[in-house]
Order: sequence, then C-alpha cells, then structure tokens
Amino acid sequence: MTVRRRMHLAAVFPGTDDTTGWPGPPGDARLAFPALERLARIAERGLFDFLLLDEGQRLPEHRGRVHDLEPAGRPEPVAALNALADVTTRLGLAATVGAGFAEPYELARRIATLDQLSAGRAAWRVATGGDPRAGENFRGGARPEHPARTAELVAAVRLLWDSWSPEGTPRPFAHQGRHFDIAGEFGLPRSPQGRPVLIQAGESEAARELAAASADVFLTRHGSPEAARFRYRYVTQRLAAYGRTPADLRIMPTVTVVLGDTDAEAQERAADIRRQRVTPHYTRYALERLWGRDLSGHDPDGPLPEAAPRGRDGETLALVERWRALAAEKGLSSRETVIEASGRQSFVGSPETVAAALHTRVREGAADGFVLAARLTADGLAEFADRVVPLLQERGAFRTEYEGTTLRSHLALSHRAAGSRPHRRGNTA
Amino acid sequence: MAAAHGRGLLHLAAAVDLPGALDAGPYAELVKLAEHGGLDFVTLDDSFARPGPDALGVLSRVAPGTRRIGLVPTVTTTHTEPFQVQAAVATLDWVSRGRAGWRIEVSTTEGEARLFGRRHAAPAETVWQEAGEVADVAARLWDSWEDDAVYREPAGGRYLDRDRLHHVGFTGSAFSVRGPSTLPRPPQGHPVRVVDATDGPARAVAARYADVALVRAASPDRAAAAREQLRDAAAGFGRRPESLLVLVSLLVDLGDGEHAAEPGHGGGGPRPTVQGPLYRGGPVDLAELIAGWHADGATDGFHLVPVAPRRDLERLVNGTVALLQHRGLFRTFYPGSTLREHLGLARPAGRYTVTGGTS
Repeated sequence: MTVRRRMHLAAVFPGTDDTTGWPGPPGDARLAFPALERLARIAERGLFDFLLLDEGQRLPEHRGRVHDLEPAGRPEPVAALNALADVTTRLGLAATVGAGFAEPYELARRIATLDQLSAGRAAWRVATGGDPRAGENFRGGARPEHPARTAELVAAVRLLWDSWSPEGTPRPFAHQGRHFDIAGEFGLPRSPQGRPVLIQAGESEAARELAAASADVFLTRHGSPEAARFRYRYVTQRLAAYGRTPADLRIMPTVTVVLGDTDAEAQERAADIRRQRVTPHYTRYALERLWGRDLSGHDPDGPLPEAAPRGRDGETLALVERWRALAAEKGLSSRETVIEASGRQSFVGSPETVAAALHTRVREGAADGFVLAARLTADGLAEFADRVVPLLQERGAFRTEYEGTTLRSHLALSHRAAGSRPHRRGNTA
Repeated sequence: MAAAHGRGLLHLAAAVDLPGALDAGPYAELVKLAEHGGLDFVTLDDSFARPGPDALGVLSRVAPGTRRIGLVPTVTTTHTEPFQVQAAVATLDWVSRGRAGWRIEVSTTEGEARLFGRRHAAPAETVWQEAGEVADVAARLWDSWEDDAVYREPAGGRYLDRDRLHHVGFTGSAFSVRGPSTLPRPPQGHPVRVVDATDGPARAVAARYADVALVRAASPDRAAAAREQLRDAAAGFGRRPESLLVLVSLLVDLGDGEHAAEPGHGGGGPRPTVQGPLYRGGPVDLAELIAGWHADGATDGFHLVPVAPRRDLERLVNGTVALLQHRGLFRTFYPGSTLREHLGLARPAGRYTVTGGTS
C-alpha cells in the first residue's frame, strides 16, 4: 500500500453539502469581495493546497419554489478566483464549472487565463451529474447529462491546453467526436504548471472511471474508515489501465470539522449547530424531500409522518425505515430525528483529536487529504488553520511552508507528466 | 461657459489592450495609470479569433488592486452562454464593488465558428439581434433578485425572501433562459453596457440597451450626427435620451512630441484609417481637440485607443488629461465610487420590484 506522509488540504466555498448553517457575514456581504478575500487569505495562511469555488447553474428549488432554507447565491467562480489571484501568492485556485453545458474552447480558455494570470495555480473541477433542469438556463435546454459527453469534453479541453508546442509555438488543433467537432488554434500557450489541475468528483462508476482516466484530484464523500479505504484502493487500482500510477492522483474526501477545547465541548457545539440548522421549516423540508409529498401540515415536533413515502426506490425506503427505527428506539420527534439522522459532521473533537483522526486516515490509506466544507467558512476555517494545522505540522503530516509556486507542486504532481501523458481522444462518430 | 449647450461633464475612457501580454502586471500598471488620471473607465478588447487571455478574467484580476476606475471587458455573445456571461459580469461588479461594465461584441467569422463547431458563421444582422437579446436577458437576470432578496439575518431558518426572486422566462430567437440568476443583484443594479455603434447592425442594440455607445467618427460633425441619431433611436425605444452617453472612439498615436508633426493631424483632426479615425500628434493638441468637440456638443466624451499603450497612455494621462484638468474641464478626483456614478447614470430600479422603487 502506498503511504504518503504529507496530506493535502483544501477549502470549498460555499460548500455544496446541506449539513450545516452559515456562519459567514450576513446577506449579500458574503459575496462582496472582502468576505472572499478573507477566506482566501486564511486558506493561504493555513498553507492549503487550494480553495475551491463552486458554481451555480440553477438555484435549487423545492416543490416548484426557490429553496430558501440554505444560503444561496454564489459568484461566477473563474472571475472571482481571478480577483483572488491578486491577493494571494501561492494558494491554488480551483473553479467548479459544470460539464453539462460547457463548450471546450470557451472553458479551456477561461481556465487557461486564470492559470496564466496566477502563474500556474489554476484548477478546473469538472462538475457532473447536476440538476438536468439547469439546462433551462442554457442554450442546450433541459436534457439528461451524457457521461460520454463529459469524457469527450475533458479530452477536448486537454487537447486545447496541450496544443501549443512546449517551446511556445501555436499549433492547429482538431477534434472530431460524437459531441464536439472543433478545429482552429488555441489562444493561449501551455500552462506554467504544464497543464491546469483537473479535479473530478462523484460516487458513480462512471465518475470513478473518468477520474482514473484523467483526474489529478478526485473528491469523494466522507465515509467510514473501511468504506474510505475500500474506495481509495478501488480507484487507485483503476489507474494502471490508463498507464497511470498512484502518484498521479490525489484522493480527497469532502469533510466537515467541528472543534472545541475538549472533545465534549466539540460534541456539544456540533449538536448545537445541527439543532440551529434543523428548524421546524427545515424539518418539513427534509421530510418532504425524503417522503416526496406535501407535508406542509405536518407538526415537526410530532412523530414522523405515518404515510408511506411516494418514492419506491430501495434507497428511499431503506432511509425511511432507518429514520423510523431511530425515532422508535430513542423516542424522537420528527425534528429530533432529522437532527439525529442528518448533517453529522465528519470530524468532531479537540484540535488534538481531529488532527490525529485526519492523520490516521491518511496513514491508513483512506485519503490523501481533505476538502473542508460548509461550516468551516471564514471563522471556522481560521480556527482550523490556527489550531489544527500546527498540530499536523508537528506530526510531520503537513507542510510547514509552500515549497513551490504552482498548484501542481503543492499537490506533488509531476509537471512534465502532465504535458506528455497520452490521453484518450473522443470517439469518432 | 461649459454649459452653453446643456452639455454634461466630459467623460474619458482608454483602452488597455496589450497584444501578447499574459501576465497580470502590465495590465495592472496601465489600469492604475488610467485611474491616476481619473478616467471614467478602461476597456479591454477580446475575441476568440486572436490569441490572448480572456478579457473579463484580466480585469477581474486587476480589480482588487484598483479603487475607483471602471473596468469594461469585451465579452462576446455569439458562441457564449448568456447565463454564464451575465453571471461573470455580475461577479466582476461584485469583486470591483460596483465598477463593472461590459462591452458587448459579436463573433462573425467562420474561424470563430469552427472553434465551437456548433453553427456556421451568421450575418452581422443575425448575430447582433442575438446580442441584443443577450443584453436584454442579462439585465433581466440582474434584476431577478430584488435588492433586498437576501435576509441580513436568517429569519426562522430562511435565508432568502423568495417572493423577491423571479423567473425571467425569456425566449429569444436562438436561446431561452428561465432564471432566476444564481447570484444577488450586482452593486450597480446593472453593470454598464457598452456597445460600439459605428456599424449599422450594432446601432439598434446600442440605442436600445447600451448605457454608453462608442462611435468611430473622424469629425465633430459626424460625431454630433451619430450622437443625435443614437439618442433619437433611444427615445424611440422609450428611453430618456440622456440615459445614453455617446463617446467618440479614436486611435491615438502620441509618439511625435508635444505638437502635431504632420499637417492635417493634431489640431487638424483625426484621419480616417481602416481601424477607425486615428489622431496622430501631441498630447496638448489632443487636449484641444477633446475640449473643442466637447464644447461644441458633438460628444459626451472620448474613448481613446493608444497605438502604443505603454507610451501613449502615459502621455495621455500626464499630458492631455493633466491639461484638461488644469483648465477645469475634467475631474481631478473621483467624487463617486461606482462606474455609474462616474458616468452620471442613475442606478436602475429593478424591473420586478413592485414597491419602494425609485421614482
């Protein structure tokens, strides 16, 4: 088993998971530049590998109305990261851009611009499996996402990024596949880091396959140590089929962390966060999502709905059964059940406890590092950078300074391999 | 004396195009220089047809290091996603605290079309009609979150007032967008839309949607005629004519010293070239020209495109602009902080706001 001693750390804004509340500045101020700048500066102070900004393609809706129980509104990530490049010098800058509606030339150019202007700190997180109704905001219209289109998009973008000669001479490119038929000359030379970093995510078989084929960083869900180790091995073993080795891929689960001076205090804080988040409104929302029916008359402080869920798929039925069992076992109301069952933070404890737990995961081959999400925006991130990072450094588990200037160097990914690695071309129609 | 024709303040903008530059530094230097001169805004041109970085990316990059100057990248509408474009322009407005503009352009060549492989090149009339629709839907999306749609403090676990979020339900000739946008209304309400209205098909879009129209006119008479025509057309679309500023776009070559070196230039006025009217001469004579055209009511100001940016912008700011400031014809500091404030354009009320709109 490969054991890497150094872990990699990243932060994500605004955080896509719905497990926690929003501690950032109020209202629109979250999107104003000072809030983003603060976040980036904290991440850089903590020597993080990168900051990931998520994209919005469509506001989430629930029962035909905009969902208002989560903070919404996010900047266009590439423009925002360009601005952040001005106030940081080392931090990697990663943008989520959905694959579903992107065109290779426009996307490759936008990310390559960020990469040039930041002297090699850019990454593209290939977002897949988004809400198909997001298409209602795009030229293509609502349509199911095509995994083969994503794979072809990634291949075409890499073709464009690699199209100039290493010496800096423009060369024509041409790509003809089922989904894209493009030709011409790319407007930008090769990346200062060989090629912008490719980040992928997802739990599906297709996502893992695509990651094994082309990702530099693979984001996963947090899970038990056993599940995480299994997934790590599973993805890592696929690499060989694409002529790659474990040294070519960083696997990083997205996690939430709650700290306290003692473990008990941290547990209390974590419970408070969940209680604050799961309001009566939120309880109904969570039940309606799971039950798939209108529960607006349901009393959140009463027992779980008696009606059967509308969804008949195994996952929904199993989850409802689990909630019912939990409520029965502990005598919980609907709201207490939601608090108990959802939104569990990944790592809760004193800085020592959390540092040890993170380090163990990396040492045991369950992860190469972590992306800190949601609750850790701003204040939480500062707390992590100031209290956990030094402990990780003492353990020799995390860098004590940036050793290079590019994101690839932070991630200990080879620059040269990035430029020369063969890649799959799209299928010819 | 300045208000003889009911004329407004003089507005000045400069292009900071640097062919071949890939680092942020040289762009930042030029933008700071322009800001030092108190210019209303800088433009950065863009096209998929030639090498170079994405203009909106570059101006986002220089936003934090500048404080007052407007930032106007070209963003094309023919092969891009309208929803993405409006979000990027709105983000530039957020990161610059209300200094964003957007110069709307189209892609007309088959070479650009091949980079996307989605459709063949279309006639200018067609792509400009679509550009107008993109300009329209962008403003609708900027309005799709009312100004106070986000609660300052979550109320009962709710973060948004969803009665203040709106679908735009836009259907155009080539695309449709449902909305709402994915980010709150930009600080300026609508970032400033700029259109080069020199060529026929772009004029209707400028008259209908632009806050600032650029015209490449080689004489004050032609500038005045273009301005009148555009403002009449704007009135025809139900707009107040004052809500459309018309700036004369001139190429400037200040390489020949203090005064005009060739007869027929400088004091004699710009000479038509393939790229547009070119002024070649000294910074002092350029100041004369600017002051003269503006005093005659031929224009609301100038958009100056230096042929050698590093050299000419420096001469423009330290020569031409300094002289105009000395004569009291141009601002010596920024009284406002947003681009709309520099331009004297009101912050538009949101179209979906039913109560509390400005009158």
